[in-house]
Amino acid sequence: MAIEATQGAVHEHTAAVAAQDEHGPVHHQFEDIEQQNESYIVGMWAFLVTEIMFFGALFLAYAVYRWKYPLVFIEAHKMLDIPLGLTNTFILLTSSFFVVLAVHYHKLNRRKLAATWLFLTVLCAFGFLVIKGFEYGHKFKVGHVPGPNFTFELPASASPEAKEQVTVERAQLFFGLYFAMTGLHGIHVLVGILILTPLAFMILKGHHHVVDDYIPTEMAALYWHFVDVVWIFLFPLFYLIPLH
Amino acid sequence: MSSSVLENQPVAEEPQRPRKHYLNAAHTVGSWLFTTDHKRIAIMYLISIVIFFAVGGIAAAFIRAELTSPRGIMLSNDNYNKMFTLHGVVMIFFFLIPSIPAVFGNFFIPMAIGARDLAFPRLNLLSWYLYMIGGLFAVLAMILGGVDTGWTFYTPYSSMYSQSQVVLTIMGAFIAGFSSIATGINFIVTIHKMRAPGMTWFRLPLFVWSHYATSLVIILGTPVVAITLLLVVVERVLHIGIFDPKLGGDPVLFQHLFWFYSHPAVYIMILPGLGVISELISTFSRKRVFGYHFVAFSSMAIAGLGFLVWGHHMFIAGQSMYQGMVFSILSFLVAVPSAIKVFNFTATIYKGHVSLDSPMIYAMSFLGLFTIGGLTGLYLSSMATDVHLTDTYFVTAHFHYIMVGGAISAFMGALHYWWPKMTGRMYPELWGKLAALLMFLGFNLTFFPQFILGFLGNPRRYHYYYLQPELQIYHILSTAGATVLALAYLLPVFYLVWSLFFGPKASSNPWGASGLEWRTASPPITQNFEETPIVTWEAYDYSSVPDLKEEAEKQAQPPTPVGG
Amino acid sequence: MTHDEHSSHHILPIRVYVTVFVLLMVLLVLTYVAALQNFGILNNVVALTIAVVKALLVILYFMHVRFSTRLTWIYAAAGFVWFLLLFIAFGDYWTRNLNVPAPKQWEPPITLTQPKISDSDHGH
Ligand code: HEM
Ligand SMILES: [Cu+2]
Repeated sequence: MAIEATQGAVHEHTAAVAAQDEHGPVHHQFEDIEQQNESYIVGMWAFLVTEIMFFGALFLAYAVYRWKYPLVFIEAHKMLDIPLGLTNTFILLTSSFFVVLAVHYHKLNRRKLAATWLFLTVLCAFGFLVIKGFEYGHKFKVGHVPGPNFTFELPASASPEAKEQVTVERAQLFFGLYFAMTGLHGIHVLVGILILTPLAFMILKGHHHVVDDYIPTEMAALYWHFVDVVWIFLFPLFYLIPLH
Repeated sequence: MSSSVLENQPVAEEPQRPRKHYLNAAHTVGSWLFTTDHKRIAIMYLISIVIFFAVGGIAAAFIRAELTSPRGIMLSNDNYNKMFTLHGVVMIFFFLIPSIPAVFGNFFIPMAIGARDLAFPRLNLLSWYLYMIGGLFAVLAMILGGVDTGWTFYTPYSSMYSQSQVVLTIMGAFIAGFSSIATGINFIVTIHKMRAPGMTWFRLPLFVWSHYATSLVIILGTPVVAITLLLVVVERVLHIGIFDPKLGGDPVLFQHLFWFYSHPAVYIMILPGLGVISELISTFSRKRVFGYHFVAFSSMAIAGLGFLVWGHHMFIAGQSMYQGMVFSILSFLVAVPSAIKVFNFTATIYKGHVSLDSPMIYAMSFLGLFTIGGLTGLYLSSMATDVHLTDTYFVTAHFHYIMVGGAISAFMGALHYWWPKMTGRMYPELWGKLAALLMFLGFNLTFFPQFILGFLGNPRRYHYYYLQPELQIYHILSTAGATVLALAYLLPVFYLVWSLFFGPKASSNPWGASGLEWRTASPPITQNFEETPIVTWEAYDYSSVPDLKEEAEKQAQPPTPVGG
Repeated sequence: MTHDEHSSHHILPIRVYVTVFVLLMVLLVLTYVAALQNFGILNNVVALTIAVVKALLVILYFMHVRFSTRLTWIYAAAGFVWFLLLFIAFGDYWTRNLNVPAPKQWEPPITLTQPKISDSDHGH
């Protein structure tokens, strides 16, 4: 009802008006929607910068140990399932495409279409997690999960250099990094689902101030693309380590 | 909300009723705990931060008391370790890092740029809750037995061997980290997007510039330490061995990652202080800050260069000597922008109309102490001298000169400077001056002897020194100084609280300062300004200040009747 | 640059997104195929280059950075640039075991002897 009253009215941006509607599309601290939208986008990018640095430390750790123990990484990574990794990369790239379509249709105010593409994105996210779950499950079964039950054996065909460098502890280090990095990434996928699903429902339901404008969708999409970008690097770094 | 009805009526100013402002806008506890008003959140931060400061201070008192005798007087080895860890963790993660940004930045950035609030008020509230939750974890860890790793959590001791509450403490620091990230993002967006019409980048007060630089450091550095500490927890719980050499890990990698954040973090602590000092020096010298642009850019330079010197904490940690040389040279470089600031501040005072009100005394203390702290940093940055000085009291003295003599002086200066604006009351100036002077004296008495101790080879973090009993005199001097210092910090608690009830009412601009925050009522209304200000003057242009303008005009030409 | 300010509303034709998606798919296949070849040390370079191109496509087009304000550009770039600073740590790992023998004349002219420690010669 507050929305009814304010719609169409010409505001002067006096303090009194500003204080009045928490629930209008423009929050009281902003002068207009333009300023608000840009603030949200810049804020989102600043947040993504922190995300990059967050993963960054892990990438450094990865690089240091791969440099130190190249043969360990080669031998241990053979235990990862390339087809599943490839499928997951395909799924995430596709989901990025879907979510950008959702933003596109939200911009055009085609809400049904926007929501549909969001749901498809969420579907992809679930697909990704299910496959990841299978991979993790398999690692549990064969004892490749770091911890007291960790085991690792070199194939008899391994080179003598490899036999010298690869120890159980160092193999565990590889899998530790694998689980830390893909696990953190997986948590981000999960959070993505928790963001995108309600968003899709809100868009379907229609007039809710959060989705009156496409900016929240764009922000969620930015986050989702970032998750995708991380995986774009994780995939070759873990699954496709060159054997030579 | 009924405000839409009220909106059409002229705001009736009944003379008997006190003026509405942000403090008396609502009185319930909920109106504080769920507020999104940046000013109220700043006040909540102020209160909680002061409490943590007290906790850290009590730990410091134990440490100083213990050290009065070469064999200690009351703490076991274990408890001594826990005491200095508690002191470091609380002071750094829960006091210094949030202190100036979350209190004064929060309160005055929006006001200084002419905005109604920060860009994301709810995120701001969230940051306070995160801070409190993080603090709760740290306090819980303390109650459940404490931590003994030092605030640096060096591996593999922290990740494999320590028998204390490492996980809880790290969770506390981790969560508090997100609180400061939230603040950083909020400031960045606010400074970019919420400036009032006419408030260009080079009209911003230097306080705002320094907070912009600080926020950059926060968002670029904090995530790295967050994930690193998380890895320590993972290693502790799962025994993965990322940092444990026994399991193939590299403990020096932890130090790389830790100091990648924690050296820049020392600038998170000092840059806001430098911003405060810019305001104080200018206001109380009644002069524009000398070399405004240089001071602004030196903040940015410090933020950038600060990321390139972390290895100076690792000269003897097994880091490559060649890398050490590079870090050593870069560390000398980072001192340049700091020096630019000190020179410019000094030049600002020169030939200014200096008035030595208590905030200015704090500012002057800052200049001297920060200079000593920075210069001794150079002794530590040159590898040959550092081999002798590292892990001695010299290092302790170095960073306390900057963090206590610098950052806390700035904090106290800011508190006194902005107190009239925040509360609408004046404090007794004489007491203010006394506390400021006591602080300067107490501080030097506490920490100057520590330079000598360090030079004589007394290692830090040990509570026995019976092999060198002749060091006792310096420790006793230091403890005596700490007592004076404690008094100097306690005094303001009394007279500031007293002023809340009995202090004379403050005018809107008691210092004749030029910032926008001084062009609205004290205390300000919830929306900060009656209407969005339009800025037509440069930063620190004292002839533009309404009260002072009249004076200036009276001298220049016969006054013209202007309304408002 | 006022036209820039409004460009966040800029609506791209769907064609752009489809093209980018197809390119991403091609690159995905390329990643895999390249990993099967033996380029020696270059394998890593190739794999990372392809990954960077993929990431750039996503960032510039899907995340609309190409059509955003300069501020967005700066922040998008800052994250990745700062990420690279972390790798300064490699300077340590590469040179840690480097042994450069000191030139002869640098050897200390006198032989150091263990200083005698007695209780009286500390401090003062
Ligand atoms: C002028 C620039 C500075 C230089 C060149 C410098 C240099 C150094 C060096 C080389 C060390 C390592 C000493 C050692 O452990 O052997 C050190 C330690 C330290 N510095 Fe500074 N510093 C500077 C400014 C600052 C500032 C502004 C702060 C704080 C606000 C600060 C806080 C610290 C702290 C906390 C430590 C000790 C960390 C620990 O081991 O617990 N420094 N400094
Ligand atoms: Cu440092």
